[in-house]
Parts: sequence; C-alpha cells; structure tokens
Amino acid sequence: MAFYVVQFLTGLASAASLFLVASGLSIIFGVTRIVNFAHGAFYMIGAYIAFTLTERFSGAFGFWGGVVVAALAVALIGVLVEMVLLRRIYHAPELFQLLGTFGLTLMVEDLVVLIWGPDDLVGRRAPGFKGAVDFFGQNIPSYDLFLIALGPIVLGILWLLFQRTRWGVLVRAATQDRDMVAALGVNQKWLFTSVFAVGVFLAALGGALQIPRDAVHHAMDLRIIVEVFVVVVIGGLGSIVGAFVAAVLVSELNAFGILIFPKISIILVFLVMAVVLIVRPWGLFGKPEAAARKTPGLTVNPWRPLTSNERLAALAALVVAAILPLFAGNYALTVGSEIAIFVIFAVSLHFLMSVGGLASFGHAAYFGLGAYGVAFLAKMAGLPMIVCLLLGPLLGCMGAAVFGFFAVQLSGVYFAMLTLAFAQIVWSIAFQWVSVTGGDNGILGVWPASWAASPSHFYWLALGVAALVTIALRVMVFSPFGYALRATRDSLLRSEAVGINAKRIQWTAFVIAGTTAGIGGALFAYLKGSVFPDNLGISLSVDALVMVLLGGVETVSGGVIGAIVYKALNIWLVSQTDLSKLVLGGFIVLIVVVFPKGIVGMLEVLAQRRRKSSPPGSSLLAKPIESAE
Amino acid sequence: MSVAPPLLAVEGLTKSYGGIHAVRGVSFSLRAGEILALIGPNGAGKSTCFDMLNGQNRPDTGHVRLLGEETTGKKPRDIWRMGVGRTFQITATFATMTVRENVQVALISHGKQLFNLWGSAPNVDRGEAARLLELVGMGGYADRPCGELAYGDLKRLELAVALANEPKLLLMDEPTAGMAPRERVELMRLTAQIAREKSIGVLFTEHDMDVVFEHADRIIVLNRGTLIAEGSPAEVRGNPQVQAIYLGEGLLYDAGHREGASA
Repeated sequence: MAFYVVQFLTGLASAASLFLVASGLSIIFGVTRIVNFAHGAFYMIGAYIAFTLTERFSGAFGFWGGVVVAALAVALIGVLVEMVLLRRIYHAPELFQLLGTFGLTLMVEDLVVLIWGPDDLVGRRAPGFKGAVDFFGQNIPSYDLFLIALGPIVLGILWLLFQRTRWGVLVRAATQDRDMVAALGVNQKWLFTSVFAVGVFLAALGGALQIPRDAVHHAMDLRIIVEVFVVVVIGGLGSIVGAFVAAVLVSELNAFGILIFPKISIILVFLVMAVVLIVRPWGLFGKPEAAARKTPGLTVNPWRPLTSNERLAALAALVVAAILPLFAGNYALTVGSEIAIFVIFAVSLHFLMSVGGLASFGHAAYFGLGAYGVAFLAKMAGLPMIVCLLLGPLLGCMGAAVFGFFAVQLSGVYFAMLTLAFAQIVWSIAFQWVSVTGGDNGILGVWPASWAASPSHFYWLALGVAALVTIALRVMVFSPFGYALRATRDSLLRSEAVGINAKRIQWTAFVIAGTTAGIGGALFAYLKGSVFPDNLGISLSVDALVMVLLGGVETVSGGVIGAIVYKALNIWLVSQTDLSKLVLGGFIVLIVVVFPKGIVGMLEVLAQRRRKSSPPGSSLLAKPIESAE
Repeated sequence: MSVAPPLLAVEGLTKSYGGIHAVRGVSFSLRAGEILALIGPNGAGKSTCFDMLNGQNRPDTGHVRLLGEETTGKKPRDIWRMGVGRTFQITATFATMTVRENVQVALISHGKQLFNLWGSAPNVDRGEAARLLELVGMGGYADRPCGELAYGDLKRLELAVALANEPKLLLMDEPTAGMAPRERVELMRLTAQIAREKSIGVLFTEHDMDVVFEHADRIIVLNRGTLIAEGSPAEVRGNPQVQAIYLGEGLLYDAGHREGASA
C-alpha cells in the first residue's frame, strides 16, 4: 500500500513541472491563438540557464536565485521572439504558426548543443530539500514534496492574477473576444507581448525546477512538448484549471501505467487523450471553438488542370529525370531514388492538407506503417518483392482507416494534435514491442529482388511509381471527389447544405493519403534495406509538412516541387554542416515569414502579374455594399 | 375526398435553451408555389425556427413534414436530398472555387457522383451549371473566383446553388440582408418568378418590410417564440397585435405611411 502511495506522490511531483509548462502554453493560446511549438524549447533553455547559474553561484540564495533569474532571462528571450517573429505571423493560418515555432525549436536544439555541449548535465540538488522523508519504509525525496505543494500554489497565484488584476481582466477578456478588446482601445501589441512573456516564464520555471530531479539534455524539448500537447488537449486549450487537472491525470497515468502495463505505458496516455477528444473534442475544461479558420486559403486562387503545354513540360521533365542513370553515378542515383520516394510522401500529405484542408502532424505514421508492412512480409512471410510492394502499403491504409476515422471528427489545431498523438502511439508500439518490431534496432536485411537491386533499376522503379502516384492524385484533385473534398474545406456549412457527408469525404481522403504515404514507405524500406521506428517519427512528419509548405500549400503541384527542393537541400546540408538543424530551422522560419506561398505559389503570382500588366482586363473590384444590416 | 399533404407542414414546434423558450408550439403549412414570409422582431425565434426546418437544430417536440414525410431529426444533407434548397443569412459558398465550380459541386452531389475518383469534374454538367447561372443572371461570371464576388452576386450564386437539386422547397434566411436596396428588389423578384414558374414553395425570413409586403403571398408573425398572426399581407398589416410589436421599431408603421403618402 505504502508503495502505491509513494508512486502516487511521485506522479504528483512530476505533474508540477508539466502543469507550469502547460499552463503557459494554454495562456498564450487563449490570447494570441498561437499554439507555441517552441514552448518545449523555452522549457529546455530554462533548464540549461538554471544549470549554469546554480553551478556558478552556490548556496541557497544561489540556487533559488538562479532558478528565478533563469526563468526571467528566458522570458526576456521570449519577448524578443514575440516581437521579432510572432508579430509577423499572428494573422497567418494556424498551420504556419505551428510550423514557424517548430522551426524555432529546431534552431534552439542545435544552439543548445553548441553552447552547453551534447552531454547530459546533472544539476545540483536543491538546498533545503536534499534529503528524503520516510513513509512506512519507503523514501520520498523531500524535493518531490516541495513540487507537490508548488503546483497548487502556482495555480492559486495565477488565479489571483487573472481574477484580481486589471491585466488579468484584460487577458480573460481577450481570451473570449480579442477583437472586442482591441476595439475598446486596449493596446493589443503589448498585451500579447506580456502574455507571451508570462507563458514563457512559466515554461522556463518548469524547466529550471526540473534540474534537481532530471538530467538536462538537448532532447528534453520534444519530450515535454508532446506531453504538454496531450495535457492541454485533455484539459482544454485556454483553460488553466484544465491544464492542472490534466497534468495530474497524465502524470498519474505515467506513474501507474509503468506498473500495470509496462509494455504500453507510453500509449496509455495517448489512448486517454484520444478518448477525451472523441467524447469532448475541445477538452475537459475547454470551450468549443468558433468556426475554425480555413487552413490554407491565404488568398483566392481557383485551380485548373494543366494545359497541354504544361503537360508536355511535365513530361519533358520526367524524361530528363528518366535518362539520369545514363550519366549519373550510383550515389546520385540513390539520392535520386530517395527524392522520388519523398515526392510520393509529400504529394500524399499535400492531397490531405491542400485539397482537404486537413493538416496532419503525424503523416509519417502511414509512411512508416508501409515500411513496416513490407518488412514484415519480406522477413517473416518471405514473400517476393513485388508482392510486398503491393501489399505492404495496406498496413498504412489500415492505420489511416482507423486513426483517420477519429481524426476527421475534429478540425484545425485539434486535428493536428490528434494526428500527432496517433503517430506517437504508432511510434511507441514500434519502439516498445521489441519481439515483433525489433524495437530500436529495427528490422534489417530488407533488400530488393535482383531485378531492382542495381541503383539505376531501383531509381527507375521509384521514379515510375512517383510519377504514377503524382498523376493519380492530380486526377483525383480534378475529379468529382476532389471537388467535393475542396468543398468541405471551403465551407462545411454549405457542403452539408448541398448533401455532402463531409466526414465521410474527409475520411476517404485520409485513407487515400495514408495509403499513398504507405507506398512511399514501402519503397523506402527497400531503398534503405531496413526499417526503424524513426521512419514513423515526428521529425519525418515535420519534414513532410515543410516540403508541402515550401512547394506552396495553395497550389496543385507544390508537393512535388517542395519535396525535390527540400530533400536535395537537406541531403546537401547534412553533408556540409554539423548544424543542419540550425540551418533547417532558420529556413523554415524564413519560409513562414517571408515566403508563405511557397515556390510554386510565388511563380504563380509572378506569372499572374505578367499576365495582368499587358491587357487592362476586367478589374474585379467588388461593388461597395451600400447598406448593411 | 383525400387531400394531398401540403408541401411543408409544421406542427407544434418547440425548442428551449435552458429556461428560455425560444420557440413555443409553432404550427403552419406551406403549399407548392406559395411564398411565405416569416417575420418578427429580433429574438422572436425566427432563426431557431428556421434551423429546425433545415435539420441544423433538433426540436424538443413537434413535427416537420415534407409532402407528408417526417424530416424531424434528419441531418441537413438528408433533408437536402428530399428536395429542400437553402440559402444562408451570411452567405456560405466555396470561396476558392469559381462560380461555375460552386454550382457543379451541388450538381455532382445531386447526381450522386461524390465518390467518383476518376471522372473529370470540370466537365460535369457544364450545360446545366450554365443554365442555372443564366437563370439567376450570373452567366457572365462563371469563371470568376467566388471569393472575389460582390455580396449581392454571392447571394444570387447561393440561389443558383440552392436550385441545383430541383428543389420543391426553398428555405431562405434573410435572403437580402446586406444588399443594396435595388439589388434586394431584383433578387426577390427573380426568386418569386422562379418559384411561380416551377411551383417551388418558398419560406423566407426578412427584416425589410418592403420586400416582405411586395412578394409574400402570406405572412406569419412570430413574437417571443409564439405565432401571433397569420394571413395575407393586408391582414397582417391591419393586425393590431402586430402593429403593437412593430411600433417600437417603427418599420410597419413607416411602410404603411409611405404607401398612404404615395397613394
């Protein structure tokens, strides 16, 4: 019995940090409507700076002072980030905000290694809380007891701040209706900045307070951000009480999950989240969002099929790509195969995201499932390559059918978070179910049959499949189904009012996209000769997002161009610099801020300008509305 | 003699939110080809009533029948399939698609082609789409992106979309809200003409009393959730209870005056 009580208290202690970080994220979202992916990065910087300060200045004053100063310093960094970056993207679609802050996270990961080195750093213990308390023969660190008390104290302080101060009233008002607050003459700029500073301060404090419990390392940002997403989604974005309750729930699930289901401890939390989202899509304490902003739609630009000239150009490009093996070496061909595979992956996400308006943050799950499907069939059933290639993607199809069914019940940020959570579940299973998947060691020796073994043959195979997939998806964009899918993206209300079952259309699109990604994954398994959990990890999902955005989310062919440019750049960068994340992150931020239309989108704008400058044409100025009610 | 069921029959419709009775025991019916206006001051329950006819909101009690068939509790998309077209108070269209494509989506849905993955959508029912756009006077706008249209044109596009499934009944929630005065008259004239030609029943809510009195065959008046008057425009105008309600806003009074002055 005592053991369970101790386990419970340990869970409560972990909840404190989680609550601090989650409440910060929630406050920021409530007012600015930005889901700050970089929140984990601020948490991590808080821990690193606190480590340095507490090492430098000893004693109780040094430790506690160091923790607070670290949090303040990070809050200052947050203010800087808000003023330089976020102010430029408040009006961008939420997808761009998530991506911009993700780019920031990537940069921080490299910067932290650059400053503090790659090794884990073990911090000091907190003065005054070094010992342990005996509880029926079990030891409880006294620092844990301090953290257990801290959680409710911070909750109380935040409550007072929001209920009893003018600033708090403004923040609550802005959370409900920020346009109205602006209309009442409140300086929104500084309100947003101050809210961001408070949120970041809480994140950094959470990080700094972790150092006596956990080593500081450069991957702690992603781990905490995934957990924090889960907490705010369960608790309800924008609700601080929700963040507290959910932080306790998640921490306890973690603490007891390990005892009860050691194999699936990670997925337990995600299962709870999935259930909460399905029963209460806006979280336990959240409120339903007003109609979500349309995800892409920065501008109006109707799509059209390629003209015959453009088709010829595309065919010519394909022919050029096909004769590459005549003069390129083996390395170039392997790179070429990889790019072709990523074209498949990117166009599949593009179909879901641009045509369907559903930005999946866990699309790699279906890519990886396709890869694992091939590996199972090839290694366990010993099937020939062609059969594996045909059947392997079905695993991606099945995964997409199951997860997609739940995911399409939601939209916007919640859709993104749920897809991310599902991808993490699949990743955890691949990682933990060692007897089947080989865990971290993966499945090795998935080699292509002799007819596809040479680099040039494999390249032609990958190129051929990529071309077929791209054409097939393009045909679908301009099929009746494609129109219906775009209709659900543009207006749910209207599409329901003309007899379209939006959820079923979106689910179908999800399955098509998942299966297509699975085809890419199947080829990828053969290209690499092995399959690892990373093939369905978050970073691969984000790669796909960046490819689509880089190409242009509002365009029809953006996925193809984005995949080629991004993958080539990525492979080249990794060979050139150790700081690939820093460069990549900077690159993402740059796309989001100055280049939101992507490459193809920019080209279209340029072409349009040239067309418009020649004939005066019909100007499409809207007639002024003379009276409004 | 057996009487054919009316196009739309509403019986004892009731809806409350918490302790507030938004709609209480509303009953009325609508014949094919008839234009019926639902009016009432702000907060009278018009929109709640409307949403229950359309399937967006489920009544607590009461029935809605279309040609004798129960629609209560059905989803908007199913009610649409039964032959009910709908336009919204604030237009809902597919902003990134062209005007023609907007109509084509409705035609694709009407033709049950929604899950056709291989056909060429740009060529689906092109002639029918052109005919519908011509009908509402939007023939020249087919290739324009819908997001660039003026508000009055969006309203006309919505009408074309609502007509795509050859509806028996049109539900129009404030069809002329936000339009210029001349556009209002034109749109309602057009609607009335189409409705009479094709014998479509039209139910609309409206704040503009000029529009109501010019085009409605019959008017029903809602106040605080209950139906307080029903009849021809002349009858409703002469109803003292209706006058009492509207005096605060002065709309009905003004309309009467204007007419008196011009006569």
